[in-house]
Amino acid sequence: MSAKHEILRRIRSCLESSRPDRDSDYAAIPRAYRHASQLDLGSRVDLFEQRLREYGAAVYRCRTDSIQETIAYVLAARNKAQLVNAAAVPAHWLPSSPYSFTPDKGLTYEELDASEGVLTSCTLAIALTGTIIMRHTPSEGRRALGLIPDYHLCIVAAAQVVETVPEAIRNIENPGLVTTISGPSATADIEMTRIKGVHGPRSLDVVIVSDS
Amino acid sequence: MSIRVGEAAEAASFPSAARALLANTQLRHNVRHATDVIRAKRAAVVGELPDWQELRASAHAIKRHTLGHLDYYLEQFEAACTRSGGQVHWACDADEANEIIINIIRSHQEKEVIKVKTMTSDETRLNAALEAAGITPYETDLADLIIQLGRDRPSHIVVPALHRNRMEIRQIFLERMGLRELGNGPEDLTNAARRYLREKFLRVKVGISGANFAIAETGSICVVESEGNGRMCISLPRVLITLVGIEKVIPRFSDLEVFLQLLPRSATGERMNPYNSIWNGVAQGDGPEEFHVVLLDNGRTQVLADSESRDTLDCIRCGACLNACPVYRQTGGHAYGSIYAGPIGAILTPQLQDMQHSASLPYASSLCGACYEVCPVKINIPEILIHLRGRVVENGDSALSERVAMKGARFALSTASHLSSFQALARMAQRAFLRNGVIRSLPGLLAGWSETRDLPPIPKESFRDWWAKRNDGARAK
Repeated sequence: MSAKHEILRRIRSCLESSRPDRDSDYAAIPRAYRHASQLDLGSRVDLFEQRLREYGAAVYRCRTDSIQETIAYVLAARNKAQLVNAAAVPAHWLPSSPYSFTPDKGLTYEELDASEGVLTSCTLAIALTGTIIMRHTPSEGRRALGLIPDYHLCIVAAAQVVETVPEAIRNIENPGLVTTISGPSATADIEMTRIKGVHGPRSLDVVIVSDS
Repeated sequence: MSIRVGEAAEAASFPSAARALLANTQLRHNVRHATDVIRAKRAAVVGELPDWQELRASAHAIKRHTLGHLDYYLEQFEAACTRSGGQVHWACDADEANEIIINIIRSHQEKEVIKVKTMTSDETRLNAALEAAGITPYETDLADLIIQLGRDRPSHIVVPALHRNRMEIRQIFLERMGLRELGNGPEDLTNAARRYLREKFLRVKVGISGANFAIAETGSICVVESEGNGRMCISLPRVLITLVGIEKVIPRFSDLEVFLQLLPRSATGERMNPYNSIWNGVAQGDGPEEFHVVLLDNGRTQVLADSESRDTLDCIRCGACLNACPVYRQTGGHAYGSIYAGPIGAILTPQLQDMQHSASLPYASSLCGACYEVCPVKINIPEILIHLRGRVVENGDSALSERVAMKGARFALSTASHLSSFQALARMAQRAFLRNGVIRSLPGLLAGWSETRDLPPIPKESFRDWWAKRNDGARAK
């Protein structure tokens, strides 16, 4: 007998023969926790920014027509000039010389490792937990892109910011690849001292774009 | 059958292991410090959520529902995972799982694997099996790396090296990473781990992970982590193997909205842990070209078989019960002789082994209930502990002294006259042990009880005597 049949046989012998109907049993699960937003857009974005700062990320705000100069400003503050970027990041976001951007069209891991950082967009953000959600679309890049470089600059549209975890999860249809990022990588494995930056990008900057 | 929970079957009993560990003041200091820090952080972020109890109630109901239809959800997971390009394997026990994993690695002629924290692989002793097969596993979670390089054992579910302080870790890294110099700040040590592992992340072709959740509806796996080593192991190698206990399945993607709120707040006291990775199957141009899931039973169906303690399988491995437990906080995790320590370990470890080993663990508790209170999925651990004590007794695994005492108690408490005869006898016998109105030490088999506490004497008059006298007086009036 195959392991699969043996395990399923064991499970079925454990469970009562008269089981409740699965769908109605699932529908009866109590879900009295908070689903919906209580904050307006402005307060949501403020909360998102505050949470990111608590994680040790730097946060900037700008309008749609000043994304390019804001990116230049952020990179100057970080003393960085040569980044890789997700291939479908809009060209008009990218500041020109002295900054240079290499789109990821199949860069090797070593090339990513040698870069100064990476620029991507994202799909969604959660204010309450300071979380950025990547679905690895062409403007967010494949998973290795936002991971191997030591610095991640992420552009978030204010309209992408929801308040609660359930709102974000229910916004994601057909999840394929999903990565959620809440601050730079961290550990507290040594004497419970939080250290920012282990294997993922050790620095995270976020630019929130809004026209309201 | 080779059901195995790490080395639990060969471990010393809890009382004897605990006795030795309690003498290690450095260890107790480290454990106390770490659990104090996590408890305070957890309390703060749990207090922030007005709907915490509603989330717990939902999580409990989702888990109960899933276990009640586990066969369906496992097959649904298999079908969805296969559709998206994954390959699903089933393993009845530890050896079967290890063999499947080794065969996959061998089919690619690889000799090294990178691993992200998977307790299930500690359960099957995968690393030892890999090494025996000539394959080198690299643990990549900082704490697991400390454990692996220090040839140590994990002592906590979430922070496995919390029994080690920075000086001890520095020493391990100096010796095992071949470094000449190394500072002793947590930052120095973390950077050393980053440098040591980076080259392996970029080079090694096979990754092994566990799973926090397996989503039946979409065939997705969700891995919850902090350091980024999980993202590395999951997305950089050419081949990915994920070992999943069958109880990790949840019905739908949207159910994550409950667990992703409960788990980080309970485990590390964060509103959200730095990284969650969710994927299904193989993605074109992104990550592994080959993806395997190994679904592991290894005693879980035995836990499922006992409806009184089935909730044990609800556990999402947050470790909150360890931090809250007054017993764990004194002994640390090694006393439990199992990779699953603390209150959840005390109920999970013996059940996975069909109550054949680790029979002392259900007694490693004062039944204070702190574990139940903090459990994000509302496992009533004290109730299950008591139930399992009953199973230990039924198995005849209780101590002779306890069996004799219980027989005596049964006789003494069966009728009022038996009880009053015993009370009269005890009143006479206790005279020899009374000092200033209290009993400080008891003889023989009872000595253990009075070792750490005093006993008030049996009063001169029982309630029943007093009542009878009072009624006589009333009648006489």
